[in-house]
This record gives sequence, C-alpha cells and structure tokens, in this order.
Amino acid sequence: MVTKKEPIWIARDLSKCSGCRKCEIACSIFHEKRIWPEASRIRVFMLVPGADFPHFCAQCEDYPCMKACPVNALSISKKTGAVRVKTKVCIACGKCIDACPGRIPHMHPNGRYILFCDLCKGDPKCVKVCQEGGWNVLKKVLRGNRPYKLYARTPEEITRDLAFKMYGEKAEEFL
Amino acid sequence: MILGYAGKFLEVNLSTGKIKEVGFEDEVLKDYVGGRGLATKILWDRLGRKWEAIDPLGPDNILLFLTGPLTGYFPGGRICVSGKSPQSNGVVGSTVGGEFGVELRCAGYDGIIVTGEAEKPVYLFVKDSDVEIRDASHLWGKDAKQTVKILTKECRELLKKRFPKYGEWKEPAMLYIGPAGENKVRTAVVAAKWTHAAGYGGYGAVMGSRKLKAVAVKGTGPLPEAADLKKVKRLIKVVNDNAYESELWRRWGTGAGGYECGAKTSSEPVRNWQDEWHDERSFGVDQFENRVWIKQFWSDFGCPTCCLKIAMVKTGKFKGAITDNPDYEMQAYLGPNLGIFTPEENVFLATIIDDLGLCGIQTGNVLGFAAELFQRGILTKKDLDGIEPKWGDADAFTALAKKITFREGIGNLLAEGTYRAALNIGKMKKMDVLQYAVQSKGISIGAHGIRSGKDYPEIISYACSVQGGDHTSTTGLPLDSGASELMEIFNDSGVYCNFNSFGIPRNVRFNFYEAVTGLELSREEWCNIKALRILQLQRAMLLLGGPDLKWNPRIHDDNPPRFYKPLLSGPHKGKTTDRAAVKEYKSRYYEAVGWDKNGMPKSETLRKLGLEDVDKALEKLR
Repeated sequence: MVTKKEPIWIARDLSKCSGCRKCEIACSIFHEKRIWPEASRIRVFMLVPGADFPHFCAQCEDYPCMKACPVNALSISKKTGAVRVKTKVCIACGKCIDACPGRIPHMHPNGRYILFCDLCKGDPKCVKVCQEGGWNVLKKVLRGNRPYKLYARTPEEITRDLAFKMYGEKAEEFL
Repeated sequence: MILGYAGKFLEVNLSTGKIKEVGFEDEVLKDYVGGRGLATKILWDRLGRKWEAIDPLGPDNILLFLTGPLTGYFPGGRICVSGKSPQSNGVVGSTVGGEFGVELRCAGYDGIIVTGEAEKPVYLFVKDSDVEIRDASHLWGKDAKQTVKILTKECRELLKKRFPKYGEWKEPAMLYIGPAGENKVRTAVVAAKWTHAAGYGGYGAVMGSRKLKAVAVKGTGPLPEAADLKKVKRLIKVVNDNAYESELWRRWGTGAGGYECGAKTSSEPVRNWQDEWHDERSFGVDQFENRVWIKQFWSDFGCPTCCLKIAMVKTGKFKGAITDNPDYEMQAYLGPNLGIFTPEENVFLATIIDDLGLCGIQTGNVLGFAAELFQRGILTKKDLDGIEPKWGDADAFTALAKKITFREGIGNLLAEGTYRAALNIGKMKKMDVLQYAVQSKGISIGAHGIRSGKDYPEIISYACSVQGGDHTSTTGLPLDSGASELMEIFNDSGVYCNFNSFGIPRNVRFNFYEAVTGLELSREEWCNIKALRILQLQRAMLLLGGPDLKWNPRIHDDNPPRFYKPLLSGPHKGKTTDRAAVKEYKSRYYEAVGWDKNGMPKSETLRKLGLEDVDKALEKLR
C-alpha cells in the first residue's frame, strides 16, 4: 500500500490507453480549476489514430531538466520526488524541454512558465480517473530505485513503438 | 454573454478568402442552444427566403461546424456538421465524435460558418485566433488515412516553427473528406480521426463542392467558463458511473448488434432488407472480439464508454485491412445487408468505405439496392460495367464502391444516393424501382427495422422524422419522452454523445445545461417551446426542399414500401407494418406537434412559437 508520505511513481502501460483524456480533464481541473487540455500536466497524444498515449514526466533518476535550468526554477520535492516549478522564477526559455530525453515538459499556454507533473502532492488525480475507468494505464507505485528514465521518450518515438505493436509492418504507412 | 460559450464564431468566405468573427444575440443562443438547433436558425435566417433555389452543392449553400455549450463538458465530445443537405434538401444536424469541438472551443470559437467556394483545394487551419486558408493541392485525392497522416505532420511542423519554445505540439483535431467528398458523392462523409463520420446529410459532398479538404484546429485555451464547475464535476461523475456499470456496453459498443439485431430482434437489414433475420453465429460479437479487434476500448474526449474499437485483419485474403469498430451500423450495412457474414470481409469493406470517405450506412444501402436490382435481373452485368454484385461478394462491392467514389459509369448514377438513383434507374428501365429503395426523404434508413416491433424505432419513427431515415433522430410519442426526436434535438444542440445519456436520469442533461450555462431549462420548456420551434424550422425547410426534389408529406411521410412486406423468416416470419396503424399513429403525431392533417405545420403553431415568417413561407405549400 502506497502511503502519501513516500516518494511515488506513476507506472504506465501506454498501449492500454483508450485516448479518453479523462486524465487531462482531471489534471487541469485540479491545477487550473478549468477543463483545459493544453494546460494539463499530462497530455494524451494521438499522432497515429489508435496509438493514443499519455505523455508526462518520467521522473528520471538524474533529473536532466533541473540541471539544464539556468535560473534554478526547478527543484525536486522530497516528499513525492516530483519536479517542482517555481513559476515566478521560470523564464520560459525551454532549456529543460531540450534537456529532457522525451521532450516532455511544455509551456503553460499563458506562455509564462513551464509545466511538469507534480504528482498532485502524492495523490495523482489522473491515476484516480484512469483507475475508475478500469483502463489501468496509470497506476501509483512506490518510487523505489528503478530505471524510470527509460520512459522519457519523445512522442514520435512512443508513437512509432505503439503503432508497430498495433499494426505491425502496416504501421510504416501511417508514420 | 452566456457562460459556457466562447462567445464568437468564425465566418470564412472561401470565395473571397475573407475571415471574420461573428456573434449571436444571447436570446438566439438561449432559444437555439448550439449545434443542430443553431444550424437550423442560421440557415433559416440566411437562406430561408430563397431556400428552394439553393443548390446544396452550389456556392450559395452554407456549411456549418457547430459546437454546443455542453461540448467538452458532457462526457463524449462531438461536433455538429450542417448546412442544406444534398440528401434531403432540408437540414440535418449531423454529429461526429472526436476532439474537434473541444479544440475549437479551446481556440475560442463556438463554431465555424463557411460560405462560398474556393478556386482550388484548400484547408482551414485554426490555431487559437490565428486562422488561415491554406493550399491543399497535395492533399486532394488522398484517402482518409493519408490525409490524417500528412495533415497531422504538416500542422505540427507549422506550430513547431511558429512556437519553437512551446515544447512538443499535440496533433490538431481535424475534420476532412476523402475522395468521395471531393467528387461530390451524395453519400460522402465528413470524417474525424480514423474514421468516425458525420454521414447523415451528405455534408462530405458539400465540403467537396467548395474544395474544402479539411479543417484542422488547435486550441490552447481552456473550455469556456462554466457557471458551476463543482456541479459539472458531480454531473460528470453521474454520467461516468452510469457508463462504468454497463460492462457489456463498454466492451462491445454497438458491435454486438451485427448478430443480435438479426438473431434476437429481427430488425437487421439482410440483403437489402428483403429480410431482417439471420442466425449466423459467424457474425457474433465474440468473433469480432477474438479475431479482429486489436483495440477494444477507444474513446473520444472525456468518454467513459469507449464504444469505439479498432479492427485489423491479420491473416488471409483481406490481411492488412484496418478500420474503426465496425460498429453495429457498419456491421449491418456492410455485412448482412450485402450477404456478408464474416468479420474479416466486413472489416475489409468498412476499411474501403472509410478510406474513400464514403458513408457506410448510405453507401451500404445503395450497394444493397444495386445488388437487389442485379438479383432481380433489372440491372445487368453490362449496366454495372462488368461488375456482378452477388450477395456476399466483398470484391464486387469494393469495385462498385470505387466506381461510386470516382463517379465512373454506373457509379455516377449510384453516387446520387439510393433515392435519386432509384428515380433515374426507374426512368432508364421504365419501371418502378423505388419499391426496392429503403430510405425516407432521400436519407437511407439506419439499420434498425420496424417490422418485428422488437427494436427501438416505431412505425412512424422514420416516416415522420425531420431527418428522414436517420436512426439517431427517430421520432414518436409522447413528445417529452425518449421516443420523440425532441430529446435528440437536445443532444445534437448541446452537442455531446447521446450514447452516454443512455440510462441516466432524464433530467441530468438539463441539469448539465444549467450547471454550464447558469440558465434554467426545464424539460417542459424544452419540449413545449424550444425544441418544438427547432423542429418546425427543420420541417419547414425539409418541405420547401428543392431545387431537384421536393417532399409531399401526403406521399413521403411514409415508410419505404419494403417495410410493408412480410418478414421472410425467423421467429417473426410474416410480421409486417400495419398501414392503418401507421395512419392512426401519424395523425396523433401530427396533432401533437401542431401539424395539419396533411402534415403541414399549422399557422397557429408557428405563430405561437414566433415563427411568422415561416408561416408566410409555407403558405404556398398549403
């Protein structure tokens, strides 16, 4: 049982994603008090129909994003292990995006600061709605010490993998 | 301004290239809501006076892509496509699932009004308030999957170039046409994703006629503010929980119907509706589940149901065919209706139809019609350009579908849809072939028959609907119940998926409307005034019709002749529709909606609803 106090990780089984975007709805309502898909910290991509998947911070062990930040706007939450953004310090330069192996962070549509998944203080809302729906794409687990960096992949890379998994060689035609 | 609306609409004139923002008075939005309701109002106001002269495929028609205040809030996002329909010559509110409506609202618009026609192929790209008409020569002729691929890449590259620091751009949502729409085939769809379709109405042909290949939208703002987000959240949960309890509905979608509507309710089109019963276990949902569905839960925005599937044929002759679902309608119309009873052949045909941008229902209907004429020797191999559409021959139907798409030979005739094809073939063969056309007012009838009395449509459901054979807008009594199309008008005007409203308490949709807009709306007010007004407008434009066809309610408010023939087999063998019962039900329905005995909206009905100008316009038909 994962308690609120221990650092967590969101385990992800991307090929099960239905593309319902309830995670985006829940995330943006929690963080923005609006339904605001582009301001959601978790975003569902569908670059090839059927190959839908959520794209959000993989919480790399070495946090290259934090190292790349020129103004120290990023820090790691001791409680959850999530990357935290000091929104008033962030200069929206995008260096963390380039440093991320998965180009995962994106700018808040207001253009003022970068967005990272903050794990909702240890109780991720996206996981909750995904579980309610029975899709089980997202699941909360103890952070432990695993190679999470593997999950920091670009939307194109993930799309390619999922498309081939679904459509076999036929996927070539859609990529 | 009313909450829940972005407050502005885009108006794009493709002839002049002019783009502007327009708005509507609060009173108009209160009365007509959005989607189908608002489309009806816009079309009446702008085209009403010359309605009969407007060619749906000419430059004067208006093409509409409209959201409603519930789009994005009520689980299951949709967009409503409308205009003067090249099928019925009336107005159809044709909705399709996907993220388009949500993206549009997040871009700051409640809808897009397209007028005029472009000289060469174009697409419209909307990124928030940046709107541009772009060249689409390289997309013209491309099938559905290639269009989605090229446009996704192109738009993402544009966004990346313009906003290099944003991070990765998601795909824009898009609506597009395939080659069928480009060639103004009246059974062409406006498609979303792979390949959800706004099929009823034939608006793919309207897009094609103005050389509009696609509309792509990326909105980065929030949904328009709701009056009470907490209440919205509670209501979303009511809808979700209801869906989560319907395990088989989620697992199968409507895809159990291909077997069930034949074997259990005797209401499935079999060989162009010559029968409605079959017990082919080869067409069971378990076969689809085990053999071809490679993604069993696929959703559109916010949807808890995931009735959508993705199917792929992995072995054999049809290997490599990929399509969404097939849902029940596709299963039926591109299955038993053509004498096809295996998932592989069905998925293959659905793939062809989807890729070409054809409507599976309307085209499946016209293919079945042609096959029956061939079976009866009315159309010969020579008439059919060497094609022999024998029941069950997927290759022959594929060949015919391609002829239709490119309007070649016999295809040019069939591309007009079942009703118009029947008129022309009748003339050519000097005989009545309308008896084999299963449609209502130019719109093929959805795959739910009425003869057995065991399915949901009733004996006047299609005959009296203002959207003809549309199985998502069937009508009946009582007016304030799910049997009438007044409730469908709400779904199509709020613009969300009606599948997620099955089984929820019936006032939830009105509570939803109130939570989003802050306006009170009771079921009584909706049914007695607002929806009834929209219905009258739709009815008026349907009856005004033109330019090529007009409907006379005394003749055309009726079922297709086939529905008066007895069922040939199965547990309901011999059952048919009772003409006297239709007549009696119809007169009760006319009375309830305020139409005279000839089916014409009465002056007093129209005047009570504030539709004096409609009353005046109908004078010449009375």
